[in-house]
Amino acid sequence: MPFESLASRLQNVFGKLRSKGKLSEDDVNDALREVRLALLEADVNFKVVKDFIAKIRERAVGQEVMKSFTPGMVVVDIVNKELTALMGGTQSKLARSNRPPTVIMMAGLQGAGKTTSTGKLAKLLIKENHRPLLVAADIYRPAAIKQLQVLGEQVQAPVFSLGDQVSPVEIAKQGLEHAKEHGNDYVIIDTAGRLNIDEALMEELKSIRAEVKPDEILLVIDSMAGQEAVNVAQSFHEQLELTGVILTKLDSDTRGGAALSVKAVTGLPIKYAMTGEKLDAMEPFHPDRMASRILGMGDMLSLIEKAQESIDAEKAKEMERKMRTAEFTFEDFLEQMEQVKKLGPIDQILGMLPGAGKMKGLQNVKVDEKQIDRVQAIVRSMTKQEKQKPEIINASRRQRIAKGSGTTVADVNRLLKQFEEMRKMMKQLSSMMGPKGMKNLKSLKGKMGRRFPF
Amino acid sequence: MNTVMGLIDELRAEVKKRRIENPQELQPILSEKLIALLRGDEDAGLKYADTGITVFLFVGVNGVGKTTTIGKLAHRLKSEGKKVMLAAGDTFRAGAIEQLEQWGQRVGVDVIKQESGSDPAAVMYDAIHAAKSRGVDVLLCDTAGRLQNKTNLMEELNKIYRVIRREIPDAPHEALLVLDATMGQNALQQAKLFGDKTGLSGLVLTKLDSTAKGGIVIAIRQELDLPVKFVGLGEKMDDLQPFDSEQFVGALFTKWAAENEAE
Repeated sequence: MPFESLASRLQNVFGKLRSKGKLSEDDVNDALREVRLALLEADVNFKVVKDFIAKIRERAVGQEVMKSFTPGMVVVDIVNKELTALMGGTQSKLARSNRPPTVIMMAGLQGAGKTTSTGKLAKLLIKENHRPLLVAADIYRPAAIKQLQVLGEQVQAPVFSLGDQVSPVEIAKQGLEHAKEHGNDYVIIDTAGRLNIDEALMEELKSIRAEVKPDEILLVIDSMAGQEAVNVAQSFHEQLELTGVILTKLDSDTRGGAALSVKAVTGLPIKYAMTGEKLDAMEPFHPDRMASRILGMGDMLSLIEKAQESIDAEKAKEMERKMRTAEFTFEDFLEQMEQVKKLGPIDQILGMLPGAGKMKGLQNVKVDEKQIDRVQAIVRSMTKQEKQKPEIINASRRQRIAKGSGTTVADVNRLLKQFEEMRKMMKQLSSMMGPKGMKNLKSLKGKMGRRFPF
Repeated sequence: MNTVMGLIDELRAEVKKRRIENPQELQPILSEKLIALLRGDEDAGLKYADTGITVFLFVGVNGVGKTTTIGKLAHRLKSEGKKVMLAAGDTFRAGAIEQLEQWGQRVGVDVIKQESGSDPAAVMYDAIHAAKSRGVDVLLCDTAGRLQNKTNLMEELNKIYRVIRREIPDAPHEALLVLDATMGQNALQQAKLFGDKTGLSGLVLTKLDSTAKGGIVIAIRQELDLPVKFVGLGEKMDDLQPFDSEQFVGALFTKWAAENEAE
């Protein structure tokens, strides 16, 4: 999860506040001191922290909080709003030119992830039915062009290249022409990584900018970068007039404080965040959602969007009916797992659930995606009949299933048992929906704490 | 953080002992302390095998400059008269194998590779056998960049390490973590977790030609006792230099001074 350690520290602080019925000024001050330390340790720029705390204090010590019945919640709410504002307030969308193609230029230090971001952005645009053209203007790093070409192939976007003997300015210019001729509505120019103090190379970017007049100049920033990130961003901004930022490697265990400061210091909106190695692991950056994730309030909106994108509504309905009537079979189970897998890495999904960060045992859970594959293998090794009526699976059948799936009988047993429990739970859940209602809730509680069925 | 606290305590003691009153006199003492800390007791040179092939393994997160460092080190070793071979262990990132191959051509050394997407441990196995049969002195092993909190990828790295150890028991003779000078506090965490999987023996600090100072290596030296072996100062073949603690600390202070003046 992004900003993990910062999140857990902040959540601890506010956990203490929430439990109090009354808040004195001292309580608020203590909490704010902790928040300050947490932010500083996360590499957030010193000045940014100072302003941030001052703003919160001003609002939190005011009348509204003290009079409220739930003062702790009000403070958290204030922090949430300020944190959102710190990261840019509302989502900043990618520019779209009135006269296509829209030209996007990528810039950044070496190794920030420009080329990968270019590929991922193209994938995102294609998903929205655009036709991006990728322009390979990194002529310095060995095989940079090849890398872009491979990415282009993977996301099925055309790549424009003139080899590494032509100047990047010329490549950008001809790339734009090429896009106009071929009806591409977006042009993404991948440039070579460079240091902000390298005058010759910065001059080159300026020439490209003058030549193709990009609608967006995006600075790609590694979220593991330290305090230096802010200086780099500022320097790039002064020289190039950037329009936005892409944060990469946000799936690391970085505290990401520098990333938090960039908006505050340069005023540049964060447009996208990278959350994984795979090509679809790029999300539009929503400051409000990220703030509530950091504060442990979950991000149901993103989760719902993800679900809508990848889960078939018809199937979901049918599944829900089956769960209610406890007709749930191993076939359905298999299908459900496929759908869950489509949502993305499980630990990321968990990070979006409210309070999941605090649930016991979930905190350090490292979900092994392979485990899911193993469970799938076991289920696939069952006959049709066995899937529908797991009761008939006797010892010899178990042995066969274990052999067929390359697992042990113990693994098969465990799965069968978990499946049985899951079915029981579903029955209880469905009776809970019925008239008898809440009575069963208690008996359920004990079972919720157990492991996932896979 | 701990390192800073410790240093300040020591500095305070020193101030008392030497009865220093002028704050400007502090800087040389601090430099002295930092240099001593970074230098450590042992020699920061590279460790080679007594006989047979020497294997160096390069690890790190994405985009720190592993492949570039290997290219530069290959050039350096070759000009010392050693026979060098490269192993293209980054089978994941698009274009990574080609990038290493181009370095191989540039420097004039062989590169052992497999298809993109193949098992990196298998590449290492092949490379070690090829190196043995071709009488290579030093084998430089590239790996794919990975974030230290990705358990599966770290296990994959551990497998690479195990395969190398199985083939040559005292290899890798150096397991070097490549760090980007612009990296923040997170670098310490990287050093810890990569160390768990590959038994690190040292660091390479890249992109030191930027405005970043790379001060985190002081903390890493202090807490994990990992010396910096090389620094990367640019993108050309010759831009890799042995780490010089005096120079590093000197640069640390000049960059600070420049910043203070600017402010």
